[in-house]
Amino acid sequence: MHMADALISPAVGGAFWAVSGGLIVYCARKIKQTLRENLVPMMGVLGAFIFAAQMLNFSIPGTGSSGHLGGGLILTILLGPHAAFIVMASVLTVQALFFADGGLLALGCNIFNLGFFPAFVAYPLIYRALAKDRRDGARASWAAVVAAVAGLELGAFFVVLQTQLSGISELPFGAFVLMMLPIHLAIGVVEGLATAAVVSFVAKARPEALPAAVYAPTPGRLRPVLIGFAVAALLFGGVASWFASTHPDGLEWSMFKVSGKEKLEAPSGGIHETLAGIQEKTAFLPNYGFKTAEGESAPEEAAAAWPAVSAGTSVSGVVGGILTLAAAGIVGLALRARAPRAVGGNG
Amino acid sequence: MESATWPDIGRMDDWARGDSPAHRLDARAKAVATLAFIVVVMSFPRREVSALVPFLLYPVVLTSVSRIPIGEIFRKMLVASPFAVFVGMFNPLLDRQPAAVVGTIVISGGWLSFASILLRFVLTVWAALALVGCTGIYRLVAGLERLGLPRVFAVQLLFLYRYLFVIANEGARMKRGVDARAGGKKALTLRVYGSLIGHLLLRSMDRAERVHRAMLARGYEGRVATLDRSRFRADDGFFVFGCLTAFGVARAWNLSAAIGRLVLGAAA
Repeated sequence: MHMADALISPAVGGAFWAVSGGLIVYCARKIKQTLRENLVPMMGVLGAFIFAAQMLNFSIPGTGSSGHLGGGLILTILLGPHAAFIVMASVLTVQALFFADGGLLALGCNIFNLGFFPAFVAYPLIYRALAKDRRDGARASWAAVVAAVAGLELGAFFVVLQTQLSGISELPFGAFVLMMLPIHLAIGVVEGLATAAVVSFVAKARPEALPAAVYAPTPGRLRPVLIGFAVAALLFGGVASWFASTHPDGLEWSMFKVSGKEKLEAPSGGIHETLAGIQEKTAFLPNYGFKTAEGESAPEEAAAAWPAVSAGTSVSGVVGGILTLAAAGIVGLALRARAPRAVGGNG
Repeated sequence: MESATWPDIGRMDDWARGDSPAHRLDARAKAVATLAFIVVVMSFPRREVSALVPFLLYPVVLTSVSRIPIGEIFRKMLVASPFAVFVGMFNPLLDRQPAAVVGTIVISGGWLSFASILLRFVLTVWAALALVGCTGIYRLVAGLERLGLPRVFAVQLLFLYRYLFVIANEGARMKRGVDARAGGKKALTLRVYGSLIGHLLLRSMDRAERVHRAMLARGYEGRVATLDRSRFRADDGFFVFGCLTAFGVARAWNLSAAIGRLVLGAAA
């Protein structure tokens, strides 16, 4: 699921831009070192393939619904983590620019959520560890399903985390986690099955297309550790949601400690005032909270309500907003009327 | 991201081929201004609505000057809206603190922040679509590369975009074949799906091989040459400077409220 610009604060968006940008630079460097000559057109075409593959659906047995290939895991199996990360980043960029899916500010988050986890967590730590060198058969299928689920659950968990840290949505952490993780469990199983089906077909039809030996296998001794880590990562989301459902206060309290905000409804003004004070101090959430609008506007009847509420401010805001909207529309129409000819022109 | 939106991408290329003052601006100037726009819009407190309205001017002007069809922008927005709307619609249920009074109607903070999310969604998505619409992917990527985008990623974006249509057509042909033979059944079994997509994958990979050989034959040495030799002119500097100033002013003062006070004051 794509994170949207409308839900994200500049601080969170900027932080993940930095992380994803750094990963892109790192992967670009790694790709230059591999010297696989045909990698450039292969990456471009496989990115396009991911788009095209989403046009066809398969039926999910027993449910009546249908699913399709998501992308991250199969790309990593075909290209290796570094190239796959770049391809996922490019796919997400095109989605953001042309489909308005996600957004520019949220692009860093989306690249991290949907690119990093399949390429650098699900594939090396789970898929390779479980499938060993098998590309075909039950073992590889299981590995694909587990890896896809883990990758998507981690991504979904980070969507929740990013939304929470941004503080624009009011959704409580626990409820949001409980909503996202089961949905992505289902999506992950579908994605894993689709990945396994395609990989096993290719393994039979043209095994040399799957680059088995390009990447150094995981060192044997590390493997148990990595499997343990992967299982822990897989359980993490489930445990977090269980924790959230049984001890909502505890989790939200810890969120409050971490991010300087709490999602419980607090009827009394005292807590809010304290919170507002804390929020002003936490640099991570700039401007978050209750803005004291228009310093001058006198608190006429608003004593019981919000610090910023005053009938005058609100009314002038509404009137001015409508006028501005109308002005924007008129400007748009006027510019349109003045411009000489239609787009495309004489083609 | 469904198949229904496919032809749209090609049409956005048509938009970018037009000529207008907005088209003539350097891609770097537009990219920087648009990014600044999105960051400023998202830096408002979450219940802000009226102060965000003046920001509509930026995408409106960009869209109108470059004569991008507005209906199609709105249709794209609608297709992309579910996640933001879905997450935002809980705000009115969760935050019921009274936050604004208009006449006798009390508006809760949740409705304000929901309205704010919707407005932000429109602003950010519109600005991004307008940027691509009046710049086009080739000039945009060339501009971004000059701003420091790693070359491998720039090349990847251009290749992906170039082959999107080719591979998508292949996928569409397959889908037509499936529809013609499926006897009314909508979805495939996993087995059939696996071999169909597998074939699509193998064909795509074969095409990549052919493309690569053709590229080498034409002297490819690691970068995609574009004919765009756009220079950063004084106009571009003014554009960026003007945009940043305007965003700053609109961020610091609630212009809507100021206009409203002015009008109400004059009427009284």
